[in-house]
Amino acid sequence: MMRFTLPLVVFLVLAGFLYKGLGRNTSEIPSPLVGKAAPAFTLPTLYDVNKQFSPKDMQGKVWLLNVWASWCGACKDEHPLLMELSRQNLFPIVGMDYKDKREDGQATLRKAGDPYSLIISDADGKVGFDYGVYGVPETYVIDKQGMIAYKLIGALNSQNLSEIILPKIAELQAK
Amino acid sequence: MRYLFITLLCLMPTLSHAGIAKDIADDPKLERRMIQLAEKVRCLVCQSEPVSTSHSDWANDVRGIMRDKMKAGASDQEIMDILVERFGKSVLFDPPVDKETMPLWLAPYILLTLGALGLLYQLRKRKSLVTEANLSVEDSERAAELLNSTKDNQV
Repeated sequence: MMRFTLPLVVFLVLAGFLYKGLGRNTSEIPSPLVGKAAPAFTLPTLYDVNKQFSPKDMQGKVWLLNVWASWCGACKDEHPLLMELSRQNLFPIVGMDYKDKREDGQATLRKAGDPYSLIISDADGKVGFDYGVYGVPETYVIDKQGMIAYKLIGALNSQNLSEIILPKIAELQAK
Repeated sequence: MRYLFITLLCLMPTLSHAGIAKDIADDPKLERRMIQLAEKVRCLVCQSEPVSTSHSDWANDVRGIMRDKMKAGASDQEIMDILVERFGKSVLFDPPVDKETMPLWLAPYILLTLGALGLLYQLRKRKSLVTEANLSVEDSERAAELLNSTKDNQV
């Protein structure tokens, strides 16, 4: 009996590990910044160079920081969802135009619509680096105290929005 | 005329030229130090490649930031800490031994020990299964005869 059970158990354990590995997206690397204070910065807005934004301006609010760029394909996929969220107006959405020319960023929004409460321009990507951005789009949920509560790597979709991000925001807003 | 045209077409590739590699520090010593350090950093966009050789935009940025920090006098360790702080330990090709990575480091030894114990157990069990066969006088004689006969046949 033992002759068959032991190899079977070993096989099942191995198969279990491999099966788990199959479903994993290895390009998503969990951010060490989750649970830490959102790095401070001051950046000009996309439309007006003289206007500055800093995360501490959002103190007391739960907000979304959406990193995007005009050259990013997946950003176009999530754009309609952002527009929808913007219409619902449940929380402020701050856009960060990452490593992009101001004119290109502006042109994209003029054409497709602007879902953002405010957009900042991170033309050289230095702030993006501090936020651990390595691919766009990336979206951060930041709480009332200015802590990063969640980071999404990749595009928003109706599933991650309704299952993770919206509940997270509702929970943080209630606090 | 036609041949002239073809010859001109054939010469066209010589007009193309490789662009100059951009963003290289003026100081070759610093560049070498940066590349050496970047070899230990995983490119997150192209995960099996180090930042030192990757052509991805992100790796390019990281190299630029490493150069800037080195110029500003940061030590290698400080630069690695900056990267780990932002991107996590997975940027290191050589993960540190700590609480989180302990299972990863120990697993091979645990598996090896388990295998050795299993083997030892099996061998012990087999030893007890083997029993000395009691040969009768006739059996021995027959065995000897058979052995001898094969010897004869061979010769």
